[in-house]
Amino acid sequence: MSGLSGHGAAAMNARVIPRLDVKAGNLVKGIHLEGLRVLGKPEFFAREYYEQGADELLFMDVVASLYGRNNILEIVEKTADQIFIPLVVGGGIRSVSDIRDVLRAGADKVTINTAAIRRPEFIAEASQEFGASTIVVSIEAIKRDGKFEAYTDGGRERTGREVVDWAAQVVDLGAGEILITSVDRDGTGEGYDLELTRLVTAAVPIPVIASGGAGSADHCAAALHAGASAVGVASMLHYGLLREMRVDRSGIAPEINLHHLERPGFARVRGTLLSELKTSLAERGYYSRVIAA
Amino acid sequence: MTRTVIVDFGGGNLYNVRRACSHVGLAADITDEPDVVAGADALILPGVGSMKHAMNRLDGRGLTPVIRDAVARGVPILGVCLGLQLLMERGTEFGDYHGLDILAGTVTRFPVTDAAGDLLRVPHIGWSPVQPAPRKDWTGTLLATVPPATAMYFVHSYRVEPADPDVIVAFAEYGGYEFPAAIQAGNVFAAQFHPERSGEAGLRVYEQFAARVRGVAELAPVAR
Repeated sequence: MSGLSGHGAAAMNARVIPRLDVKAGNLVKGIHLEGLRVLGKPEFFAREYYEQGADELLFMDVVASLYGRNNILEIVEKTADQIFIPLVVGGGIRSVSDIRDVLRAGADKVTINTAAIRRPEFIAEASQEFGASTIVVSIEAIKRDGKFEAYTDGGRERTGREVVDWAAQVVDLGAGEILITSVDRDGTGEGYDLELTRLVTAAVPIPVIASGGAGSADHCAAALHAGASAVGVASMLHYGLLREMRVDRSGIAPEINLHHLERPGFARVRGTLLSELKTSLAERGYYSRVIAA
Repeated sequence: MTRTVIVDFGGGNLYNVRRACSHVGLAADITDEPDVVAGADALILPGVGSMKHAMNRLDGRGLTPVIRDAVARGVPILGVCLGLQLLMERGTEFGDYHGLDILAGTVTRFPVTDAAGDLLRVPHIGWSPVQPAPRKDWTGTLLATVPPATAMYFVHSYRVEPADPDVIVAFAEYGGYEFPAAIQAGNVFAAQFHPERSGEAGLRVYEQFAARVRGVAELAPVAR
């Protein structure tokens, strides 16, 4: 094997997946899945990430209402017409018919959370209809009394389900992948919850995407080392891109007040460019999509 | 005006295959109508999902003999992912069953452990470099304008094992196991990866297919 720097027999396949939370046509970001701030236009961020080497793109509809769905489907369609890498879409997907609509708009995979916990057979139905690899079960975890509990509705509703048990169950039901998000770490830039990552990856034989808390390339490498096959990254990349574009944000975030980014003490997350993150991971032996020089 | 048909046997994201075709100027229809498939100037067999399910649908719609006939008539064929697997003679998921039997060989699942004995997560999902098969270059194939070792996007739990190794034009690796990444046999080219999801490099495969469909000789590399 040759041709890629740092790629040898021990190199590990990894994916970096920028996560774009969308509300009313805008890219938003919060902390612990709440306190959402508008950051700009999702299409712009998507194109930048694509050009900087994103392996896949994950669009999450954080409103999950019918009105919100139309907005995000439009964004997905526009993206799919120009960007030819895997698109994953989630948020409020409740039926096989919803999945069909989302795939038609350009998604290759969908994530389901609330609908799956409420009615686990939905996973089996979706997997049989569209193929297991199309169905990503998303689990949002909050640590309570030493255990990880699954939550729905953007980290607001308890389910009483223990995360690791639920993860093992979704595999039996036909999920092709699991997206595990630490609500405790989301937006903090403090790093992924490695204990959560280890527990979930050890419990299932399918790929697991770790999400929530990335603040540096070290964090991403640690999650991959802990067993994740891919890392979802949001704040770190969005703020990294916005800082990079400090001088001219007219394309990315017209008319949006981003002065809070300059305020000292704001930055829990300093930000990194996706291209730098990918280079750093490649140097550590994790190979993924490579942009030709 | 050539008619390219994307065969709908319920597999995967046909709309993104059509978007890729459209992006390279190739108009394509999505259908499972045998008459339309039979009349196509070019066929695309895409897919994600179970070989068994797909064959049930193809057989059920009467498409199996239509596709085999198109191959025999020299119609340009592009197979993608499950489409590659369906070309084979048989698969071994939940017991033996048949594919389209256009190429002798089988389809088998990745082992549960990698070459070093550790857990191998399946499906294989991600970007992996694609290498030319030994003593082959990609001239005359749909990879003609793709540099060797270019990473393409894979998502699959099975790999093909053609009886004739000469049809294999490219390999990739997962978990220490080498597997065919692309085959070409006459008018049939099929990839285990998804060229419509592999960025600019993948679009080159569609460009080459478009050129083949229009009957034009191999394109020179397209400046971007």
